[in-house]
Amino acid sequence: MRFIAAMALAAVFGFGAAAAHEFKAGTLTIDHPWVRLPPPGADTAGGYLTISNSGAEADRLLSVSSDIAGVAQIHDMSIENGVMKMGELADGIEIPAGATVELKPKSLHIMFMDLTRPIRVDTPIRGELRFEEAGSVAVEFTVEPMGASEPEPMEDHDMSEGAMP
Amino acid sequence: MNALRGVRIAAYGGIALVVVALTVWFLSGGAGKPPPAGLAIGGPISLTSQTGEAFDSAALAGQPYVVFFGFTHCPEVCPTTLYELSRDLKALDPESKDMRVLFVTIDPERDTPAFLADYLANFDPRVIGLTGTPEQVAAAAKSFHVFYEKVPTSDGSYTMNHTALAFLMDRHGKFFGTLDYEENDEVKLQKLTRLLREG
Repeated sequence: MRFIAAMALAAVFGFGAAAAHEFKAGTLTIDHPWVRLPPPGADTAGGYLTISNSGAEADRLLSVSSDIAGVAQIHDMSIENGVMKMGELADGIEIPAGATVELKPKSLHIMFMDLTRPIRVDTPIRGELRFEEAGSVAVEFTVEPMGASEPEPMEDHDMSEGAMP
Repeated sequence: MNALRGVRIAAYGGIALVVVALTVWFLSGGAGKPPPAGLAIGGPISLTSQTGEAFDSAALAGQPYVVFFGFTHCPEVCPTTLYELSRDLKALDPESKDMRVLFVTIDPERDTPAFLADYLANFDPRVIGLTGTPEQVAAAAKSFHVFYEKVPTSDGSYTMNHTALAFLMDRHGKFFGTLDYEENDEVKLQKLTRLLREG
């Protein structure tokens, strides 16, 4: 009975629970790392996550690595006057004390390059974040469909291609 | 180095002026009318398609089309724009059956016809990938006032900064309007619908 209830709960909240996955390291909480599914044959993919620092000291995200990519870099992206500008942040990203820093589309992101194998929606990607203070943290990136602008719970997710008014 | 920076600032400034002028013109209900004098945007495109064949935009006469400049090593703007345009083309079927989207690479060094063919395989077949010599690509970009530049990365490779507007061209190959990456999906679909019906 408990098993059936658990199954029912999982069916109702399954995706939401998956979307809410988080990782902790010291005073840092890393919330929902995700990668947007790149087009087949593409050699790059964008990675996103949220980092909250509940501590009294600032920390810094120094680097990222993953077996999915030969190279992973921390990039900033902005659109000014219709021009998309992108650049590597060689010094990483500061996570100030008490602050939350979002890596998200149209903004800060992890750039996975030289992809070593195809990325699939049903296969999460293992990665490692390296922080100045908190050290290395193993995380898992979920893969969201192409065109996703944020990881959303299933019930809010518009999966219906072409169902435009 | 300073001279280079000057050129870059001038280029950004030029684009800013074009965008501001276009916005004013668009907001004043200008889309569909000839662009303001002195602001000719776009021109014939003569490049190589992803099948390796010569492509000339003259072949599209009688049909509106969309032109987007990007590159395949682009993690966000380019695949998202192509994804959205593919979705909108389908949403506008069957009216859009002859409408084409021209994806012009501004990274011809890496984006060969074969690479473009692989990359575009999962987008709508109405998306045509175009590449050419660096000079040919530069000429096409210039006629659309599109800016692009290489940005070196620490692994010895590079990424690209580039204009992220999609250009709407009417059935006579004349500029009709733009899609802005940051506009919401409904606005983009409305603009494409207008392009099909009025462009």
